[in-house]
Amino acid sequence: MTATVTSALPNSLTAGKLPRGTAWIVLASSWLLIGIVFWLVNLADGSNEFNLVGTVFFGTVLFDIAIYVLSWLVEGSRRAKDRLVTALIATTFVVAVLPLVSLIDTVVINGLPGILKPSFFTESMRNVLGPGGGALHAVIGTLEITMAATIISVPIGLLTSIYLVEYGTGALARTITFMVDVMTGIPSIVAGLFAYALFVLVTGDPGYRSGFGGSVALSVIMIPVVVRSSEEILKLVPNELREASFALGVPKWLTILKVVLPTAIAGITTGVTLAIARVIGETAPLLLITGFTSSVNYNLFGDQMMTLPMFIYTQYANQGPAAADFLNRAWASALTLILIVMVLNLIARLVAKYFSPKSGR
Amino acid sequence: MSTDKIGIIRTKVRAGDRVFSTSTLLAGSVILVVLAAVAIFLFVQSMPALVAPPGTLPHGAPSFWSYVFPFVFGTVWAAAIALLFAIPISIGVALFISHYAPRRIAQLLGYIVDLLAAVPSVVFGLWGIGVLAPTLQPLYKWLNLNLGWIPFFGGQVSGTGRTILTVGIVLAVMVLPIMTAVCREIFLQTPRLYEEAALALGATRWEMIRIAVLPFARPGIISAAMLGLGRALGETLAVAMVLSPAAVVTFFLLTSRNPNTIAGNIALQFPEASGIGVNTLIASGLVLFVITFIVNAIARFAVNRRKEFSGAN
Repeated sequence: MTATVTSALPNSLTAGKLPRGTAWIVLASSWLLIGIVFWLVNLADGSNEFNLVGTVFFGTVLFDIAIYVLSWLVEGSRRAKDRLVTALIATTFVVAVLPLVSLIDTVVINGLPGILKPSFFTESMRNVLGPGGGALHAVIGTLEITMAATIISVPIGLLTSIYLVEYGTGALARTITFMVDVMTGIPSIVAGLFAYALFVLVTGDPGYRSGFGGSVALSVIMIPVVVRSSEEILKLVPNELREASFALGVPKWLTILKVVLPTAIAGITTGVTLAIARVIGETAPLLLITGFTSSVNYNLFGDQMMTLPMFIYTQYANQGPAAADFLNRAWASALTLILIVMVLNLIARLVAKYFSPKSGR
Repeated sequence: MSTDKIGIIRTKVRAGDRVFSTSTLLAGSVILVVLAAVAIFLFVQSMPALVAPPGTLPHGAPSFWSYVFPFVFGTVWAAAIALLFAIPISIGVALFISHYAPRRIAQLLGYIVDLLAAVPSVVFGLWGIGVLAPTLQPLYKWLNLNLGWIPFFGGQVSGTGRTILTVGIVLAVMVLPIMTAVCREIFLQTPRLYEEAALALGATRWEMIRIAVLPFARPGIISAAMLGLGRALGETLAVAMVLSPAAVVTFFLLTSRNPNTIAGNIALQFPEASGIGVNTLIASGLVLFVITFIVNAIARFAVNRRKEFSGAN
């Protein structure tokens, strides 16, 4: 052990120092100690399910206290406070990751048996009241609605970002930038209400429901995301490329189409993929405007359509006589949805990594 | 591009240029039109509810404003609880990634937190009701029994854990990624020289963060909190699934009669609503739109004002 000379020398620069790695040892022993306590409690209770989350959480809290006291005794108050804050900040990270771990753990355990059944992707819920059935109608609806939303959003979003980067100056461009930022924060349910109000006014039918209405609602959420990401990417295209093109006498619109966009295409693809991942899990607008059904509906422009998020919600909210079957299907589609979103995120990152132009910097 | 000054060659305006620039301008204007249309259509559809005579509204509310007040309260209350948890944790996580974690794994840790943003809200709802609520219920019982004298923990404790406190925690988890991302960006923008100067004067790492990083990042932290607030106010499905609602105004955190949020109420009532009920729900949606619009506008204004310094969004 290092000598404690704090009492003789109050100067914190020359005070004692805990040996390297002390923090890790204290952390491991705190976890171990709390783990043993939980284990003993389990023995007393007779339950055999070990509380891992509790162990990690309370063990980390014990570590925070222990390292502060230890450091205060050996290193003085300033360093003790530094160590305490370091420990607390590491704790916040653990606290933030615990829900993610718990969520993924739960969804995989509850959902995996469901999606491994071959019928899950080949059958709809038509005339199914108990076990069996599948999410075919929901997958079809999700694909069609998201595709239509993408077809609406990408041209508008991309052209807007081109306007903001290449043409826009003055008050109008500033207003659009500000409004795009504000639009990013529109609650998704308000987008759904907007689509509902729009289609009811156009068709005059107060009970209007269709997949296309859902696409319009999703576009309201998706457009600002596409604009923001494309704008950032277009700004990264070096000005020298544009100037070289102008110097050769190429008109501005051809410069944008043939020089700027090809340079930025990887980044734009990444942005669009992330935007799709953002809206594919939206439920609230679809609840209002797309409705739900248990049969397959290929027609985007008429009648109610099922989507994966709505499938999860209805399986949970309208449980039939055999509740377990409905919950199993809800977890299975939750796993499907998370997998789709994560694959989309992965594709986006891979495109960004491998297809972006090699810059000189 | 072209100017009218003598001696400067004026470029010929080509048809392609004109068509292309006009179409980009149109696309940009579509965004303004859509935003205006959202406000106008919602307003037109909510008019019948706003002028409705007493007795025709749902729950026998005397006027629209007395109908919507408990939901406005619930929306703000749930979002406030969420921010209470999310602000310290997001600052901590952002500091951990920007100043504490080793450079090499910092980016990986950032991805892990971003993964939370990839989880759809309906899955959070399923997790909240299936895992979080049962886990927290014994804790609620203990809090109610031992700390019931604190007003927030009083009342009849919920047997299912589907309380507004659980909703606040789920919302906190959901707004964590965006708040962490904004805070992280701003912490990384702190001038390197400030940090090194503090360290050279003998400051510990925490003292360096307190005197150099946090003062620099304060406006950014505030706007991150506002952005998180905007998200928490509008979150729908997690609230609709987890909360056990009632049309009450109460500060009790642990009971089974909780104030519902505007968004949660719309999601629960809309599929069965008809006639003036639909108009009332749309009008409450308009109220939500106005609240979130103001919150987001303030947040964006604060971020933009410091754009030269911060790289946030």
